[in-house]
Amino acid sequence: MAEKVLMKGNEAVAEAAIRAGCRLYFAYPITPQSELIEYMAKILPKVEGIFVQAESEVAAINMVYGASGTGRRVMTSSSSPGISLKMEGISYLAGANLPAVIINVQRGGPGLGDIQPAQGDYFQATKGGGHGDYRLIVLAPSTVQEFADMADLAFDLGDKYRNPVMILSDGLLGQMMEPVEFKPYKTEDELKQLDEQHFDWCMYPNEDEPNHHHHEINSLEIDPLVLEQHVIKLGKKYDLIEKNEKRFEEYNISDENDVVVVAFGTAARIAKSAIDELQDAGKSVGMIRPITVWPYPYEAIKNVLHDRVKKVVVCELNLGQMVEDVKLAVNGKIPVEFLGKVGGILFTPDEIKTKILDK
Amino acid sequence: MEIIAQRPKSLTDLQFTYCPGCTHGISHRLIAESMDELGMRNKMMGVAPVGCSVFAYKFFDCDMAEAAHGRAPAVATGMKRARPDMHVFTYQGDGDLAAIGTAEIIHAANRGEHISVFFVNNAIYGMTGGQMAPTTLPGMKTSTSPYGRDEKDIGYPIQACELLNSLRAPYFIERVSLLSPQDIIKAKKVVKKALQFNKEERGFTFVEFVSTCPTNWGMEPVKAMEWAKENMLPFFPVRNFRDRSVEGGE
Ligand SMILES: Cc1ncc(C[n+]2csc(CCOP(=O)(O)OP(=O)(O)O)c2C)c(N)n1
Ligand code: SF4
Ligand SMILES: [Mg+2]
Repeated sequence: MAEKVLMKGNEAVAEAAIRAGCRLYFAYPITPQSELIEYMAKILPKVEGIFVQAESEVAAINMVYGASGTGRRVMTSSSSPGISLKMEGISYLAGANLPAVIINVQRGGPGLGDIQPAQGDYFQATKGGGHGDYRLIVLAPSTVQEFADMADLAFDLGDKYRNPVMILSDGLLGQMMEPVEFKPYKTEDELKQLDEQHFDWCMYPNEDEPNHHHHEINSLEIDPLVLEQHVIKLGKKYDLIEKNEKRFEEYNISDENDVVVVAFGTAARIAKSAIDELQDAGKSVGMIRPITVWPYPYEAIKNVLHDRVKKVVVCELNLGQMVEDVKLAVNGKIPVEFLGKVGGILFTPDEIKTKILDK
Repeated sequence: MEIIAQRPKSLTDLQFTYCPGCTHGISHRLIAESMDELGMRNKMMGVAPVGCSVFAYKFFDCDMAEAAHGRAPAVATGMKRARPDMHVFTYQGDGDLAAIGTAEIIHAANRGEHISVFFVNNAIYGMTGGQMAPTTLPGMKTSTSPYGRDEKDIGYPIQACELLNSLRAPYFIERVSLLSPQDIIKAKKVVKKALQFNKEERGFTFVEFVSTCPTNWGMEPVKAMEWAKENMLPFFPVRNFRDRSVEGGE
């Protein structure tokens, strides 16, 4: 067993990304993700990696586009206002079928908002954000360990589907310290394999292979009939991702549940405390915690709504965004109630308990 | 029989989509010929802009990326940093480079990225149908400056070479003209020099082409050349601004 180290989420995910074979990172500073960019600045040069502090988030995501186009693992990170700037590049990455890992350490918004944890970017992450028909794979961690583990998963999913992947974290997970156990570093052989896995399509001319000299990285199809086929193909890829990659955690789910909570990320962490306290007091509440918020685990929610369950409570650190997906899953069968907190304020377990017990 | 003129290997056999008499074709050819002559094609990766030359990714016969409008220098940075053993160039218009992509070009130049940037200055937005560019001349009429560019209202044209020349990192900066056969011969030498420096990993190299857009200027190609000589060259003087390979080439 590897040893556990106490680390901030922002640093843990950076370390995990490097272990996953990420040697290229481009970003622009912003609170509350600064530990991440600073960790990369410190460590990447020591492992023959490339760190560039870009002039803006727009530039950073376009550096990612260029690097990914050459077939290498590459990452960027930011917090909400900076993620908005990355949306142009994210749409181009998706359109060009390029893998990349983007981390959003969310803070309060809209606008400049504040620098406290929030979940107000759920819509942006899961429903578009950039222009055009595309999907981002979106992973939502709820502990520092999971945040770190998701770096590896995000790179693997990105490479598997040639699609950008976002880790939708927040200021609490970024800043808090928890013990983390890391996977080992990739071996030289593994790194070589990663490096070569995209040679059939990526830009990387090879002198020994003089026929390889015209790979295009592109999202432009000026002929509508060609673009139509391109987007239909993207759609098929998204269908496949929906079929294969839904992830969720069931917490305290049982036949005894009177209420089911649905929450992701930091909100789910707090909800767990509420559920534990209620269980000790003899009230059975279960929780579905989506781990992929796109693709969304609708069936997972539907499947736990047996006759005893009187209502579903959705807790989010926003005005109510994921609750729309939960309503789609529940489909009017039983009431769906919402508890939200905004402005970077967290709810307490008591507030969640009150909402659950509310008749 | 000896072949004295043929399509450079670094161009595909696709027909250019440019208007008759447009200088985009000439600048493509100069870059491609230089790539051939320097034997760089098998290590070359290019970035196409958004503008009339958006299909440059189809025309250059090497690995190519199509960038978002103005972002080519950032995309090129990512490519070069990811594959430092390759050569990277961008090809950009004036709207692309000197308006929406101003931050990207200045910072790529300021970092001294080991890339070559080819900048096509035709003083107009060609692709979108002739709107005012950051390089549109004072008094010049375009579809969004229908009464002529009023420099008191919207400022003077941006001189990209002069602007970049204020930075320390760039290795080579030169403005050339495509307005006469003699100018084109001179321009070819400059393009080749820039790519030679690129091949030798000397640093950031930048070549501006004073170009024409007969279609959106509403002129016959020859008239456009004459007009540009008279009106553009005074504002965009042809000269070397920086050549670190020679003594005093600051
Ligand atoms: C973000 C964005 N804004 C605007 C456009 C529309 N657009 C396409 S090309 C162009 C101007 C190109 O002009 P220039 O760079 O001078 O190239 P030219 O066509 O003159 O060669 C504009 C505004 C776009 N494609 N993307
Ligand atoms: S519109 Fe102007 S710049 Fe564009 S291809 Fe035609 S002549 Fe060339
Ligand atoms: Mg132009």
